[in-house]
Amino acid sequence: MNMRHFPKFPLIYAIFIALMAAAALSATVGRYYMPLGDMSAVVWARISGHPVDASLAQADVVLFTLRIPRIALAVLVGAALALSGAAYQSMFQNPIVSPDVLGVTHAAGVGAAAAILLDLPSLGVHLLSFAFGICAVTLVLLIAGLIGRGSGRVSVAVLVLTGMVITFFFQSLTSLAKYVADSENKLPEITFWLMGSFARANSYRNVIIMLIVTALGATPLFLLRWQINAMSFGDEEARSIGVNVRHTRVLVIICSTLLTASSVSLCGSISWVGLVVPHIVRLAAGPNNDALFPASMLAGGLFLLIVDDFSRVIVPGELPISILTSMIGAPLFIYMLFRGRREWI
Amino acid sequence: MIVGLENLSCGYGGRTVVASVSAEVASGEIFCLLGPNGIGKTTLFKTVLGLIPPIGGRVFIGGRNAAEMSPKEIARVIGYVPQSRPPPFAFKVSDVIVMGRISRIGAWSAPGRTDHAAADSVMTRLGIDSLRDKLYTELSGGERQMVLFARALVCEPSFLMMDEPTSNLDFGNQAVVLSNIRSFADGGMGVIMTSHFPEHAFLCGAKVALMGPEGGFQVGDATEVITEKNMSAAYESPVAVARVPYRGIDLHCCQPILKRSDE
Repeated sequence: MNMRHFPKFPLIYAIFIALMAAAALSATVGRYYMPLGDMSAVVWARISGHPVDASLAQADVVLFTLRIPRIALAVLVGAALALSGAAYQSMFQNPIVSPDVLGVTHAAGVGAAAAILLDLPSLGVHLLSFAFGICAVTLVLLIAGLIGRGSGRVSVAVLVLTGMVITFFFQSLTSLAKYVADSENKLPEITFWLMGSFARANSYRNVIIMLIVTALGATPLFLLRWQINAMSFGDEEARSIGVNVRHTRVLVIICSTLLTASSVSLCGSISWVGLVVPHIVRLAAGPNNDALFPASMLAGGLFLLIVDDFSRVIVPGELPISILTSMIGAPLFIYMLFRGRREWI
Repeated sequence: MIVGLENLSCGYGGRTVVASVSAEVASGEIFCLLGPNGIGKTTLFKTVLGLIPPIGGRVFIGGRNAAEMSPKEIARVIGYVPQSRPPPFAFKVSDVIVMGRISRIGAWSAPGRTDHAAADSVMTRLGIDSLRDKLYTELSGGERQMVLFARALVCEPSFLMMDEPTSNLDFGNQAVVLSNIRSFADGGMGVIMTSHFPEHAFLCGAKVALMGPEGGFQVGDATEVITEKNMSAAYESPVAVARVPYRGIDLHCCQPILKRSDE
């Protein structure tokens, strides 16, 4: 392989190294004080099979049952959301599209709220939320397909508008759920869920689920990256150079929805990552999905990992993720609008 | 190879814009569609490319019904040069050109070494090597047209379809594009283009289809079709057509005649 065709490799390596370093440091962050020395002692004890020193027994528990799964989950969810956003922005020929453009996030919120109101266990919350997310996008595709039937094809504008309408519909259902919820226990739970958190999702089971889903959703997107590149030139140009626009679009929507719906159903609504991360990466790596997709995944994982570290240490309890993603994401986004204007207008 | 239109009717959402036209373009021919704005040149173009389904009749590409061909199969035979629009993302020129290879590779794969080599050789052929690492969004109109030209050529098509390839270009760039069209036709490629410059049809020795009001569709050699009578009728406005001897060659001039205000 000729390196000229992969000029962004240094950048991808750099983000990867930053991500690894951030992951190691994140393990030391939190209410339980764990210096790097203790951490490496505990890790070495596990690797070598020696029994862990009694004074480090608690460190072992904190690291392996709390922090490692949480770090893995934050990285996976960040990667999934950023990839989903990058693919959507390319496919919808629009840099201000986010993974929830077709309503998946808000619908997943309604599913979760309904499950909480029905007193379902946490598995029920995840499943109902996931199902609602998938249903919303299916509904958008069906409605947009019906609208486009006359002209023989579905335009991007129709899809985005239908997605907007469905989003508003599910937003009002969310309000309804909050309105009828018992304000003593249900309402705080719904509100907390809607703002996203890894606190209640960090189990190895969830990490494995997320790992499988990310692999399932990301693989087709990576393989289709050049078809998606071509789609950013518009449906007609893409078709004229040989892209099966309809098939590719449906595949991209299925994969992105899978990535977003599973992220959101496990960890609640997490805003901004899928919108802002691909933007920043595009500034550095360019719009070619060859570099944009892997760099977005790594940067998304890095971004969400750092945000989660803040959410763990800023206040004694837990600060919901979406409060911080927006607080960090909004100024970053405005900076981008100044800095990156030339690049994508 | 032949691209043929057989009683082709086309339009959007059931509204017929072009009714029952027939024509044939063979390899090595240049076929120029002329006609006033809004007469359906672009609609006809999109129908031939399979971007919109025909309302009636058929398009044949190399003996096959285009309606039964996949976008990829059509793209391998016909390279399309659209009118350049500012794109949403700042792709590198070499990336834009290599996208033309998508019809030659699997849907699930990325362009490889041979595809990049093909893009390089097309850039050299068109003399746009210097644009390779520039951003597509920062090119001038003429440069962007050349890049789209390269993207269409890189899939090694038998036909080129160009939508107003010379609009928005200055004289120098018009000459570059027209002589390229001429030389590709001489090399055996069929070229189908739309234009608002009848003179360009003469310049590259094109076969002409003149679309006029009430379904007018005249096909023939440029000298046969581009006459004062036909042009004035098609554009519903007086048009002068003249042959002017110039240093041993014949220039063909074609101009609208303005009504004098005192008449």
